[in-house]
Amino acid sequence: MAVVVDMHGIKKSFGHVTALDGMDFSVRAGEITALVGDNGCGKTTLMKILGGVLQPDAGEIVIGGKSFASLSVHQAKELGVTVMFQDLALDPTRDTAGNVFLGREPLKARFWLDKRRMREDARALLERFSIKIDDVETPVAYLSGGQRQSVALARALQHKTPIMVFDEPTSAMGVAETAKILGEIRRLKDDGIAVILISHNLFHVFDLADRVTVMALGRQVATFDTKESSPEALHQLIVAGGVV
Amino acid sequence: MRGNLRRRLRPFYPQLLLAAVFLLFVITLSFLSDHFLTWKNIKNIAEANSFRLLLALGMTVVMSSAAIDLSAGSIVSLSGIIMAGLIGVGWDVSLAIVIGLIGGIVMGALNGYVIAKSRLSPFIVTLAFMSIYRGLSLIVTEGIPITKLPAAFRFWGRSYIDKLNPPLIIAAVVFLFLIPFMSRTKPGQYILASGGSEEALRRQGVNTSFYRVLAHAMLGLTAAITGLIVTARLNSAEANAGIGMDIDAITAVIMGGTPLSGGRAHLVGSLIAVLLLGTIRNGLTILSVSSYYQQFFSGVLLLVSVLLAKRREQTFI
Repeated sequence: MAVVVDMHGIKKSFGHVTALDGMDFSVRAGEITALVGDNGCGKTTLMKILGGVLQPDAGEIVIGGKSFASLSVHQAKELGVTVMFQDLALDPTRDTAGNVFLGREPLKARFWLDKRRMREDARALLERFSIKIDDVETPVAYLSGGQRQSVALARALQHKTPIMVFDEPTSAMGVAETAKILGEIRRLKDDGIAVILISHNLFHVFDLADRVTVMALGRQVATFDTKESSPEALHQLIVAGGVV
Repeated sequence: MRGNLRRRLRPFYPQLLLAAVFLLFVITLSFLSDHFLTWKNIKNIAEANSFRLLLALGMTVVMSSAAIDLSAGSIVSLSGIIMAGLIGVGWDVSLAIVIGLIGGIVMGALNGYVIAKSRLSPFIVTLAFMSIYRGLSLIVTEGIPITKLPAAFRFWGRSYIDKLNPPLIIAAVVFLFLIPFMSRTKPGQYILASGGSEEALRRQGVNTSFYRVLAHAMLGLTAAITGLIVTARLNSAEANAGIGMDIDAITAVIMGGTPLSGGRAHLVGSLIAVLLLGTIRNGLTILSVSSYYQQFFSGVLLLVSVLLAKRREQTFI
């Protein structure tokens, strides 16, 4: 499989705190790559850099053969990177439909929103993923944690792009919704999409991922095929911070 | 069904409450004075508050983006001075008005640009610009009002078109434009989303700085139109003309239910609040009550509105 994302020597500090310290990470098309590690090891920071939300202090990002020192959100989107953020990046004052289409609103004319289509498409999308939200015009502030996560997922999954990142996609969801969403993520792989999955649930990791990259203290400590390991061994590696 | 209706009405509780208070004031004042509920007086209230409404509408747009603009009153003064000053040196009235309006847009846009790029609090940035624009007004005029403006200019504050005066027509047009603009258009929705969660919007690849600049530029335009109307009404452009107007506008916007945290714009609420404050001013004047009480009532109403808004926001989030 072709490598579609290659991140070399990525460094990022916030004041005196070093979040990433020369991180290397690569992703192949048609594969699910899990990114795991203890809290604060830099997983989310790395994905924010890939999504253009944060700019690295050093390092190189190669996407589709093109090299970048850093990306803007707009650039990342142009390159086909979609990120479902752990903090969901929702606007609590907007309704479900508004959040699902935030930044990609269907228009009737140049500036005129097609609100009816937004509502209908949002309903269809939620139905497709078996997400139960009674009214798509309900402000997101009124929704439960699981429902908010569903809205963020529906937004990410509505358009299939070559590189898709899911940062803790089902942490607040029920069993049935989780199974449905994991099925959707698995299908992305079949469509040749490079999927990056961040999860603390190692059973989900082994159920879905082809490869796992383990992080500790802002660095890569191991990368291996899931077929060659087990959740227990991976757990040991995470706890030990790579020193096994 | 009933619960659904209640949920849909919930965001409009402040406006419904404000409308009820407004009606209560109207009914009470109509009992206390025979002059209050007359066509002449209603027209007087509408005309006297049309420019206040204009500024409040612009302020609603800015505050819906979770910002504030303390320099709006200074823009009113400076744009009026630009227009009157250009007319004074022989410029064509129409051209002078256009330049003044552009000046207002530029001043507002500059506020928005500095806020967006510096990421400083809008309160601090616009406090600085309030002083800068006021200072410029004083420097340009040397503190002396520019008077004796031509009839073609005074038309914008005093004359009538089919029994309606231009300020009222302009305020109505701006109001009718902003309602669909904020609720149905992409720029309007992005201004609101800048208030709801600017970071969420940014992460979707939207240029949030542009929409912050746009919101402040729109207020700059309404402030410049207010400057035109006030200068035309007074037949005089002076540096102190807009003092306090920004605070009045902010009061009306908060009373109207637009939250300080942004994300929502209650233009109808701002309209009712401007009318309520204008009615209190008018009613108390008719009843020969000291203007000090007007200030007192405005303060009480603002305090009650803010306390109610806080309670509502706690239940909302």
